[in-house]
Amino acid sequence: MRDTKRAEKIAFIILLIATVLVITPVALIILMVMIRGLPALGLEFIFGMPREGMRAGGIFPAIMGTVYLILGTAVFSIPLGIMAAVYLNEYAGRNRLTRAIEIAIINLAGVPSIVYGLFGLGLFVTFLGFGASILAGSLTLAVMTLPVIITATREALIAVPRSFREVSFSLGASRWQTVRRVVLPNAIPGILTGTILGLSRAAGETAPILFTVAAFYLPRLPQSVFDQAMALPYHIYVLSTQVPNVSIKIQYGTILVLVGMVFILNVVASIIRARFRKRKTW
Amino acid sequence: MKRPFEFIVEKLIFLSGIASIVFVILIFIFLLKEGLSLFAAYNVFSFLLGKNWYPISDPPQFGILPLILGSLLVTFGAIIISVPLGIAAAIYVAEVAPVWLRDVLKSGIELLAAIPSIVLGFIGIVTLAPWLKYLFHLPSGLTALAGSIMLAFMAMPTIVSIIEDSIVSVPKSYKEGSLALGATHWQTIYRVTLPAAASGILAAIMLGIGRVIGETMAVLMITGNAAVIPTSFLQPVRTLTATIAAEMGEAVTGSSHYYALFAIGIILFIISFVINLLADRFLHRELK
Repeated sequence: MRDTKRAEKIAFIILLIATVLVITPVALIILMVMIRGLPALGLEFIFGMPREGMRAGGIFPAIMGTVYLILGTAVFSIPLGIMAAVYLNEYAGRNRLTRAIEIAIINLAGVPSIVYGLFGLGLFVTFLGFGASILAGSLTLAVMTLPVIITATREALIAVPRSFREVSFSLGASRWQTVRRVVLPNAIPGILTGTILGLSRAAGETAPILFTVAAFYLPRLPQSVFDQAMALPYHIYVLSTQVPNVSIKIQYGTILVLVGMVFILNVVASIIRARFRKRKTW
Repeated sequence: MKRPFEFIVEKLIFLSGIASIVFVILIFIFLLKEGLSLFAAYNVFSFLLGKNWYPISDPPQFGILPLILGSLLVTFGAIIISVPLGIAAAIYVAEVAPVWLRDVLKSGIELLAAIPSIVLGFIGIVTLAPWLKYLFHLPSGLTALAGSIMLAFMAMPTIVSIIEDSIVSVPKSYKEGSLALGATHWQTIYRVTLPAAASGILAAIMLGIGRVIGETMAVLMITGNAAVIPTSFLQPVRTLTATIAAEMGEAVTGSSHYYALFAIGIILFIISFVINLLADRFLHRELK
């Protein structure tokens, strides 16, 4: 009896050690990025153009490039993702087509990000002739983000009680009217949370934008959706591996700005989730 | 009688519904379209089994065996590290940790999932690589081992969250039955809960492998990028993904080098397709 108790104690200590090994580096990385990145932040760094071969000045074009890419991705992936989830949850029957769609979504979610880069290069940049541009990059990121948005929206739709739909149908509403007036309004918080998380992931991706939009060095803002643009993730790659003698300060400052943007999106998503969970009465 | 507006909206909804299928097919078509062009002039077997990746020598050689072995070695190492740690952490979070700590740990793991891979790659270069260099007296710390450790860490959110879900979804009556028979909490965990969650654990391992084998930027930065057949964890390697990312920028559109990089994309697409189908099988088995 005492032996089994002791075995349990030892086992739990080992589990705790493993958990600490997994979690501690996360905390250390965040701390390191904050401590080394904060001194770089300033008005000139955030709103200035890069100078002296990116070894001085600011990172404004990279920040704006990433903002444009997030917006472009949102424009394409949000309507498509929400409508796809509505189809799966409100219209589709349990049949082969539905199963095929589900398998396709699972596979889209698993395709390596660099393969999305190749796909974007083949279809958007070359075949459709968009060239390396914000449009091609946004479309590539949108296809990559699609499964995240569909899955999150679907979960939000499933959470709306069946009785809501039945009441609406019994009052003579059509399926679309029910979706539009009853189901979607009640699912919006869940949809928003999942969508923002999907976009924050897209914001940090490097591989899909390498050949579809990213400019090595472009010290001006893009003029149209057919322009190339700098972007924060690719800029970090350039600063850390392609340009010699970049100061640690600028490297960590750029990383902090990207990590900060991604975290702000994540925090917004969890605030929305927490607020509406409290207000929910069903 | 449907109103015309409603008719159009519902058609759009249907088209959006099947868009995922269309995209999977489009991805495959465009990879094939460019990738298969390589084999007009280059033998498939010399591609898959060739030992030399010299894309810009004359004549070029596109043997991807070193790249496949590089990917496999790094992935194998990452899985060896991440699976035991991930299972342990998932058990701790799901079964052992007090409620307040559980929330902290879960947020910590979500935080890790949110950090872009390019950032982890950079941190790996400045911290992990110098440590390994010092520890093993290497000329450079950028090795397969560094890649494995980094990727193990990056696969952790996937592995921990799926295993935790499947542990939590084991019916309470199983655990209660075991405890009622006098088993300790730990005996219940490894005799009852873990076996009941086995298919979820398998799914987590498959998705972890998928995550690791497809990861690009961090491995590109940290594995040292030598396209040679690896013989040890302490030497630099080059993976399939890193090769595409590193070389596509310089490959001339329409050259055989360009086609070869797309052909590598076909291999990656097929690998990820198979892995995800397997993982889905395991997850669905659990639901039944």
